[in-house]
Amino acid sequence: MKLSRYPGLIIAVLLVVLVSLYPIITGSASARETVFTVLMSLALASSLNILLGYTGYVSFGHIVFFGLGGYVGFYTLTALHWHLLLAVLAGGAAAAGLAFALGKSILRLRGAYFALATIGVNEALRAFINNFEPFGGPVGMDMKFAIYNEYGGAMQALWIVYGGLIVITLGVIFTSYAVKKSKFGLGLMAIREDEDAAEVMGVMAPNAKTWAYVLSAIFPGLIGVLFFFKNGNIEPGDAFRLHLSIELIVMVMLGGQGTVLGPIVGGAAYQQLRKTLLTSPLFKNIQLAVAGFLLLIIVLFIPSGAVGWLRSRFATMRRVLE
Amino acid sequence: MILQVQNVTKRFGGLTAVKNVSFELAEGHILGLIGPNGAGKTTLFNCINGVYDPSEGKIIFRGQDITGLPTYRAAHLGLARTHQIVRPLNELTVRQNVIVGACYGRENLGLREAAHVADEIMAFVGLSQRTDMLASSLNVAQKKRLELARALASRPYLLLLDEVLAGLNPTEVSAMLDTIRSVQQMGITIIMIEHIMHAVMSLSQHIIVLNYGELIAEGSPEEVSQNPQVIEAYLGDPDLAERLLEEDRI
Repeated sequence: MKLSRYPGLIIAVLLVVLVSLYPIITGSASARETVFTVLMSLALASSLNILLGYTGYVSFGHIVFFGLGGYVGFYTLTALHWHLLLAVLAGGAAAAGLAFALGKSILRLRGAYFALATIGVNEALRAFINNFEPFGGPVGMDMKFAIYNEYGGAMQALWIVYGGLIVITLGVIFTSYAVKKSKFGLGLMAIREDEDAAEVMGVMAPNAKTWAYVLSAIFPGLIGVLFFFKNGNIEPGDAFRLHLSIELIVMVMLGGQGTVLGPIVGGAAYQQLRKTLLTSPLFKNIQLAVAGFLLLIIVLFIPSGAVGWLRSRFATMRRVLE
Repeated sequence: MILQVQNVTKRFGGLTAVKNVSFELAEGHILGLIGPNGAGKTTLFNCINGVYDPSEGKIIFRGQDITGLPTYRAAHLGLARTHQIVRPLNELTVRQNVIVGACYGRENLGLREAAHVADEIMAFVGLSQRTDMLASSLNVAQKKRLELARALASRPYLLLLDEVLAGLNPTEVSAMLDTIRSVQQMGITIIMIEHIMHAVMSLSQHIIVLNYGELIAEGSPEEVSQNPQVIEAYLGDPDLAERLLEEDRI
């Protein structure tokens, strides 16, 4: 296997590795927190891209998998005293299970109807957990500080969580690249372009869509567990934040939907922008409005996003940027 | 018999688009399907390849009942079609379009073998110069060829051609006719819907005529073109026309 044959993958991986090594080398906790947020965004955006960018299905409620994974993982950590690794896997499995069940039902819907249904699912699950006593109902659940001792104390635990996120992020990127380059991915893109024509050519659209949905749900499930483990508590309002779903869409669109590198660039850029806005006195209360405005501008003027624009503009970029 | 259509009826609410149509098709032949606009030709295609589930009747393909199977199952069994209004996968390249056909068609190839098949087919239909262009950038004649290429890449036993000649200029039409002849020589059975009469007459061994959803005539091209009912369907009732002319004179 010659590495030079995969320039698109290498650029994406190098970017992520370089950024995530910085806090480890400097040992700075504040840099780690910043990079944690960036990595989380780009990993969530990349996994959404499998559905949104490759398959052409807009999921407005994608954060539901993050929330559900977080809740399931949190429960196994605190009530069942599972190890973090197992809890993370449980969160991923729960998210995948939900996506599979939804795939068999709401993926029959197309376009705006599917998008609306995904919002409905997010809100329904939030309402359900609000009333679900084993998960603490509206107050949610807390973690005893002693749990961190199993992982060598709170400081150590935070670094472990950070390491875990790096691994998951790289996993998302490899998955995204592998899907794009596979027969499965080609089938997804055929569905995106014209679902009926794809079926006439033999693409089993119902199955392919379901698996795309499952793949794009697993990673938010895994990440949710890490996030809420680090957070120390979980409540419905935090776990199912609809506006986070929309911010994810902005990231994917900003970087370029349907490309491997796009959500990475978009996620990182959006977090930088958000940081600037949140610390500026003028914009700190309306940063979401800015995100909405940004989305509007992108859709109107560069619907293929930054990476997509570069690819269409410069032929050489097409070989390098995936 | 590669295909048997038995008493197929398709109703949309109160409208019967296809009424009790039956015919058989021998392997290796080209069957022409003609009729005025709105006669139900495309609906019949849609019933055959599973876009619609017929209200009544059966479709037997290579001895297997495929009535109501999803279109992708029909594709896996070796039934390919082109669309009257072209449906290219716009944001994919020409080659990728054809690879989709090869990957997911009857032979269910992997990407690598599919790429070989795609190159071969693109050379066959004359798209080799445009393999890396986006499908959206092709002109109409090229898009029609792309439709054909995708269908052929799936290595079908039976090919349904829905007006592949419509919108082409005379030179493009005669080039496409040659291509269709060579497709037949590859051993692929064809049903073609066509409005260009000289084309359908010269290519088909057998022709069936639909009017208002009903099969009104079938036979060799000569028989069909002499059939008074067919002439009436296309041109109106000749006796009535004569009588109206008489009345006019008085």
